[in-house]
Amino acid sequence: MKIAIPVDEKSLESNVCISFGRAPYFLIYNTNTRESTFLDNSAAESTGGAGIKAAQILVDNKVSILLTPRCGENAANVLKTADVEIYKTQGDSIKKNIHDFISGKLPLLDEIHPGFHGHGRN
Amino acid sequence: MKQLLILSGKGGTGKTTIASAFIKLSKAKAYADCDVDAPNLHLITKQSHQPKKTDYYGLPKAEINTELCIQCDQCRQNCRFDAISANEGYKVDFYACEGCGVCELVCPVGAVTLKPAVAGELMLYKSEDVFSTAQLKMGSGTSGMLVTEVKKQIKSAVTDAQLAIIDGSPGIGCPVIASLSGVDMVLIVAEPSISGISDMKRIINTAAKFGTKMAICINKFDTSIENTEKIECFCKQHGLAFMGRIPFDTDAVEAINNGQTIVDVACVSGEAVKEVYNKTIYFLFERETEK
Amino acid sequence: MRIAVLSGKGGTGKTLVSVNLAAAAKRCTYIDCDVEEPNGYLFFKPKDVTEEEIPVKIPKVDGTLCNGCRKCVDFCKYNALAYIKDKPIIFEDICHSCGGCILLCPEKALTEKEKVIGKVQKGTSDQVTVYTGILNPGEPSGIPIIKKLLEENIPEIKKTTFIDCPPGSACIVMESIKDADYCILVAEPTLFGVHNLNMVYELVKLFNKPFGVILNKCLDGENPSEKFCLEKNIRIIGRIPFDNELGKLNSKAEIAVRKSERYRTIFSSLLETVEKEVHHETTSDS
Repeated sequence: MKIAIPVDEKSLESNVCISFGRAPYFLIYNTNTRESTFLDNSAAESTGGAGIKAAQILVDNKVSILLTPRCGENAANVLKTADVEIYKTQGDSIKKNIHDFISGKLPLLDEIHPGFHGHGRN
Repeated sequence: MKQLLILSGKGGTGKTTIASAFIKLSKAKAYADCDVDAPNLHLITKQSHQPKKTDYYGLPKAEINTELCIQCDQCRQNCRFDAISANEGYKVDFYACEGCGVCELVCPVGAVTLKPAVAGELMLYKSEDVFSTAQLKMGSGTSGMLVTEVKKQIKSAVTDAQLAIIDGSPGIGCPVIASLSGVDMVLIVAEPSISGISDMKRIINTAAKFGTKMAICINKFDTSIENTEKIECFCKQHGLAFMGRIPFDTDAVEAINNGQTIVDVACVSGEAVKEVYNKTIYFLFERETEK
Repeated sequence: MRIAVLSGKGGTGKTLVSVNLAAAAKRCTYIDCDVEEPNGYLFFKPKDVTEEEIPVKIPKVDGTLCNGCRKCVDFCKYNALAYIKDKPIIFEDICHSCGGCILLCPEKALTEKEKVIGKVQKGTSDQVTVYTGILNPGEPSGIPIIKKLLEENIPEIKKTTFIDCPPGSACIVMESIKDADYCILVAEPTLFGVHNLNMVYELVKLFNKPFGVILNKCLDGENPSEKFCLEKNIRIIGRIPFDNELGKLNSKAEIAVRKSERYRTIFSSLLETVEKEVHHETTSDS
């Protein structure tokens, strides 16, 4: 099973990124092999729809769990359609959140905020 | 770092006037202007240093190479934004183009390319305090992403500040949502007029969807006591924290015109804003510890 | 004759000026292009309102035809498409209706459907025909609504038309003033006001529109906006004093011209000045 977390830097010691779609990297943790890899989030550069694209990237990488502080409704739709479960991170620590998730201590993310609709228009 | 966002829904309610007073009162180490369409905060928080400037790129814009163009008219016919004209050779209207890339797609000879386009400029002032602001270029649409960048600049430049004050964007569109994202509290500045109340309700609905802690204050309350009471009543009914009333004050106008905040001079609006400030800060910090 | 009323920011009195000029002109048309926050109708309280929904074209997908090539997803610059569980999903509120995905799809799995993004209302208030554009919250662009509003008005072009523009100088404002014969810039007498005025000043210069400034909320003492106009040699066509009576009428969404003799006089003479200016511009053009 692959877990994804939006992170600020390519390091396990760095912090959970407060934004999902515009996070610079995703940490992908494989619970079977206990391996961590980092994925560049090319969606971060998008002027709009970053959450959708970021969600697509995770789905294409066969992620089945996302741990994130927040998530927009469009991204949540993509993830739900792909049966990815979304859990809410607690605090900044990446390691602690992975640990807490595995021991069943993280809650499901229930607050889905409205997205950054539109952008370079109006 | 706690982030306090000041919003109004409608323009011209005195959002920036209040934000600048708050910055002065709190001696804030970090502040930002997210009103990227018409930033004003820099006019009153005078900066002695030159800012670090960064170009902000929006959606790319199409460009037609007239030497390659065979005038097949495909691009013009397929453009949904009426952005291509054929009067004197094929040309893209820079302001109408939305960078969708359809013209590039349909061009049989590769005469159209999408080119990056600067849509605005980010500015970061760094001295004892840090001030982040930006200005969109004329004709560039409102941009949530630029607002996000303004807030990112603050976060990356400040490490030890307790409080950041953010002057938000007007309206209820995507820049407002981008301003709201990740803040600890929003103070809504309402104006006691029919249209002011209508706009206030819209912004409250938007902030409520985000689940952000919010409070209301009324500026220029004496322009309509009747509507002021309506707003206060509305706050009570909906369990919204009310931070106080600020009167209309010609001294305030004078202070702003001299490039001062309303707490730099002795005036009634300045006194009122101090009370609003104290309540707001209490609400922002105390409530959090109770939780 | 089309007169567009602009300001760099909301709250400067754009609606106050356009509503009262229209009320003073009596037989005329008022168009509210501030589709995100239309407020003019609150003043006019129009009667016999008819409504028309404004659709845009967006893609819909037939999953059975999709071959999974993902060309549509890769093409979309707005990220309005995702490809999940062997078919594309479309995010209607992100879509800019460019039509690119439909052109690209090799299997014709994507076709167009209409989606309502807002509406145009038409009503009357005394002799003023009132058009209001309303954009549904969360929609990416109000431009299709503005196009419709201004196009609707073409048969009535002989009547004087006042266009209440969205604030700022974004492309939606450009669309609103495109066919205007004259632009009125409304400015506040503050340091902020000057900064905001300068933005719309740059805009009307770019579009080469004849224009004049109305100074609103004038107080005794220094007026930075007035100073700006004098420095740049910009024509000031009128001054509206700040006073409590106007503020009160305005806060109750009453039209000052219809309630007070004094304001009838002020706006009627303002209207005369504007008409002269427009006439002057059109004759000097030809």
